[in-house]
Amino acid sequence: MFANLDQIFVLLKQWAVGWLPASWQAAAGVLLCVVAIICVFPGLFAITVLLERKGLGRMQNRYGPNRVGIFGILQPVADGIKSLTKEDLVPLSADAVVHFIAPVFLVVVVFMGYAVLPMGRNMTLVHLDAALLFYFAIGASTELSVFMAGWSSRNKYSLLGAMRAVAQMISYEVPLLMSSVAVVMITGSLSLDKIVAAQNQYTWGLPHWYIFTPWGFAGFAMFAIAATAETNRSPFDLPEGESELVAGYFTEYSGFKFAEFFLGEYVGMLSISGLGTTLFLGGWSSPLAVLGWVPSWFWFFAKIMLSMCVYIWMRGTLPRLRQDQLMNFAWKFVLPLTLLNLFVTALWRFMGDGWERWLVCSAILVLAYVVMGRTGMHRDHLGARRYRYAD
Amino acid sequence: MGFVFYVIVALTLAGALAAVLLKNTVHCALALTVAFAGLALQFLELDAQFAGFAQILVYVGAVAILVVFAILLTRGSETPKDGVFSRTWLAGLAIAAAVFAVLGWAVLGSAQALPGPGGARTAPPTVTVLQIGNALMSRYVLPLEIVALLLTAALIGAVMVAMHEKAGTQ
Repeated sequence: MFANLDQIFVLLKQWAVGWLPASWQAAAGVLLCVVAIICVFPGLFAITVLLERKGLGRMQNRYGPNRVGIFGILQPVADGIKSLTKEDLVPLSADAVVHFIAPVFLVVVVFMGYAVLPMGRNMTLVHLDAALLFYFAIGASTELSVFMAGWSSRNKYSLLGAMRAVAQMISYEVPLLMSSVAVVMITGSLSLDKIVAAQNQYTWGLPHWYIFTPWGFAGFAMFAIAATAETNRSPFDLPEGESELVAGYFTEYSGFKFAEFFLGEYVGMLSISGLGTTLFLGGWSSPLAVLGWVPSWFWFFAKIMLSMCVYIWMRGTLPRLRQDQLMNFAWKFVLPLTLLNLFVTALWRFMGDGWERWLVCSAILVLAYVVMGRTGMHRDHLGARRYRYAD
Repeated sequence: MGFVFYVIVALTLAGALAAVLLKNTVHCALALTVAFAGLALQFLELDAQFAGFAQILVYVGAVAILVVFAILLTRGSETPKDGVFSRTWLAGLAIAAAVFAVLGWAVLGSAQALPGPGGARTAPPTVTVLQIGNALMSRYVLPLEIVALLLTAALIGAVMVAMHEKAGTQ
């Protein structure tokens, strides 16, 4: 029974497709999966937005939305109706075609990433040999959408926001890729299915997730930082810094086009959480061998919703960085550490199965972290703040 | 070489033509990106996954952004109403034709270089990403390292040039 529950979506798809003639079945199956992805993730987006508004409200000692429906749970519906019925403004001087294409392109590209994510046992839409490469290739194209939005608005705030966003996304894409390469080195494959399969093993009832190794832990920390910056999320949300740039690259967007940017951002967050889950947190495998009977898709979605909660928590807790701090952090701290992590991963790979590799790899990483942190602190004079102009 | 091939060809050619013919420089850059993406799709259509994804990652993700940044940071995106015309367009045409001829000659010549009787008429080899990785890390490791060194040197050179300029203005 539990095996059936685990495969319930696969069985449902087979049952639904079974009604069609044999020559249509493959295409209909793919279409069904695509429709399912396009329905499920915006649903999660609605839940996340509600969770964020309620959670942030609690962190800031207020209630959050509580008027629409019981406890405000229908707020996402109200938001959706509002953005659908609002007037769609296009500035007179804007480049109308590019202005229109930008949000559509963003949403399309963001959804394409889901094609390769394994969301449960036998629940990958496309089994690609180079799935990770596909994901990063698609992820890299979101920058273009941000640029198009900022440039076509013909607004200096939009353009500044777009330039910031693109510079930030390019800078953090390097550590994002580098921290994922460590996983590829250990697994020996770019296929996300194989990466999950390699982590879906248990010793003494505990899983072989990559986060439970020294290089995996360091890699996951770097990946999480880079992923937060890549999705323009707080504390790296300078591209839309309200106090400086109104709303950054989507200042001139209203109505449904704005909703598309909003959707793109959150679906992108869900997607990169899914990738992080797949690479470091064991994908759809259960956290304990005894819990193996719980359906695999439950674990995947539980893990990505947990990452969303961490995102919300960070947004409620951390202040925004300054632009130079952001760039220095990427190039002088995160990137060197990811490069070192690659070296440590190679050591781990070739040092055999003993306990020595735990000791050596952890020691190198901790030492590097402490030394870099200390020297960086000294060089940047991060002590008491000195005011140069306002004194 | 079915229907999909011709759709992708039409997309790529339209993008490339638009990149040459449009007047606004940023529009040209975006049209060029369409051409890049069309080439990537062409690689995927030919079942060359690695080349296709690398094309998207490098050209759509990095080169297009670089082009756009260069346009915005140098002269501003406003172009004169009658477009930009180079006086040396004839030389440019000749060079472009020569490059195209060399590439075409190399592609046509590669059919003979393939092993097996009759050159390219035999079944094309299936190349997985794993094989490409193994080849890069074993047989072609020296060229890979040399390219890496060259790129690092270029990167440091670019930083040095930028630093020098900044010091001069202060």
